[in-house]
Amino acid sequence: MSATLAPANLAPAILALAKAEFRIATRNRWLAIAAGLMVIFALILTAAGSGPSGSLGTDRLSVTVASLTSLSVYLVPLIALLLSFDAVAGEAERGTLPLILTYPIGRGPILAGKALAHLAILTLALIAGYGTAGVAAVLLDPTSGAGLGALLRLIWTSVALGATFLGLGYAISARAKRPSAAAGGAVGLWLLAVVLYDLALLAAVVADNGGAFTTQVFPLTLLANPADAFRLFNLAAAQAGAAASGVAAAAGAVPLWQSAASLLLWPALAGALALVSFRKVTP
Amino acid sequence: MLNLTSLTKQYGALAALSAVSFEVAPGERVALLGHNGAGKSTLMKIVLGLIPFDAGQVSVLGAAPGSAQARAGVAYLPENVAFHPALTGEEQIGLFLSLRGESPARARDLLGRVGLHDAARRRIGTYSKGMRQRVGLAQALIGRPRLLILDEPTSGLDPVSRRDFYALLDDLAAEGAAILLSSHALTEVEARTDRIVILSGGHLVARGTLSSLRAKADLPVTLQITPAPGQEARLAEALPEAVRVGGQLHLSSAQGQKLAALARVAGLGAMVADLDLIPPSLEDIYSHFSRRDGQ
Repeated sequence: MSATLAPANLAPAILALAKAEFRIATRNRWLAIAAGLMVIFALILTAAGSGPSGSLGTDRLSVTVASLTSLSVYLVPLIALLLSFDAVAGEAERGTLPLILTYPIGRGPILAGKALAHLAILTLALIAGYGTAGVAAVLLDPTSGAGLGALLRLIWTSVALGATFLGLGYAISARAKRPSAAAGGAVGLWLLAVVLYDLALLAAVVADNGGAFTTQVFPLTLLANPADAFRLFNLAAAQAGAAASGVAAAAGAVPLWQSAASLLLWPALAGALALVSFRKVTP
Repeated sequence: MLNLTSLTKQYGALAALSAVSFEVAPGERVALLGHNGAGKSTLMKIVLGLIPFDAGQVSVLGAAPGSAQARAGVAYLPENVAFHPALTGEEQIGLFLSLRGESPARARDLLGRVGLHDAARRRIGTYSKGMRQRVGLAQALIGRPRLLILDEPTSGLDPVSRRDFYALLDDLAAEGAAILLSSHALTEVEARTDRIVILSGGHLVARGTLSSLRAKADLPVTLQITPAPGQEARLAEALPEAVRVGGQLHLSSAQGQKLAALARVAGLGAMVADLDLIPPSLEDIYSHFSRRDGQ
């Protein structure tokens, strides 16, 4: 199962895989759909975010970034899972998997090629969406330049969050026998990670009523979930917690480096999980 | 090039392959025959390192199946080969070239070799089954493979394409490549392979050249006798074991009794208008071997 191409040929092979995967995704309109979604939501949030600006002494872009953070927690994992759930199960169902696995290239590089293409699509969609929001904010409020750092931070953390869910999506895709089962698994993971997890934590915090769970365990549970780490990091870094959800109240209790570490560790963890799962696939 | 010794594979209680042994030498074309479920695809996937096996030895180009050395020199054409419908033939073959460390610019040449030059820039989703099969064949030609594993390579090809395909195989074998191809019919592989291996229910039931299999099967020949006008009843009386088929009589004779049977019919003189000698068909020979193992 080892990679067998000469090292000099490995990078071109991975790039060729990524190029083909990128072509497939753009021809299936994934890039247009992802970028369109991001742009539409970014514009809506920029327009809606006009209320609190000025009076709080915050520029419009910083406020928009706070709203975009809350949106991205839901949208970025969703787009990443949509891009990735078909990666292995789809190839298995189409019957294209056995052939490629007989080529002198390891499973790691195959996954890397797919991930590179999907990450590029996600990044382009994010830049389109957030960029639109940035331009709109600057046009509406010339002092928005102050929020540029927050916007760039939002972009790289969104890419990291997306990479995590791409990896988890590949793992689900490799473990599912059919694309339909993989799609179900992806939706389940999305619900669990970005909706139910927070609801469960909220219920636990309410029941705990300021006890040991809230002070000791709660910050760790937030760090353990990549979506929550993403929210913590962006809100804490922007110190715009007041403008966002109640979970952000805990943001102050968690040092910035910890949420950053969680954000950076998760893509590696998800990638490793994807590779382990893909290696178990018998075509 | 390829050496199988007592290869055994179980799927739970089901024996997919039972102690199968044979080899394919450089420049040799070997046909692997068997019904659906006889174990052909399983055997090929084991040789390619796609699935593990339970017992026996498999040596591919002197290495373990699926190893770096084996994968670098082995080409595969899967049964009902499929590609992503959104890519063009040229893009798909370009990708496969890159995966073998070759320049993707050679894609058009390769597609030209299998007669797909004009369709190279069309998406594979618009191709017919025969065209997809040709794309599959084109990718199997990449990088001068030393062993080709072709699973039902001629399915979906029209007779002319099939002849072109075998001509390509002849060239590859002449250059020293070993070829193992599967089929479910002996007529498909015709006289274009050097040796034949027949699997039935996971057992190797026969191997050898077509003529040696023909001799080993020792199936009877059929004498088709056309009676002279008005002589039908007398002829049937003279040959009581013959079977009436239409206006003719069919007489079955073992290979060793062929001349005696001919002499007997010749002795009937004017009663006989015509005589044809029908040797056992390829399908008869194949059925003889593939049914022997209790299928």
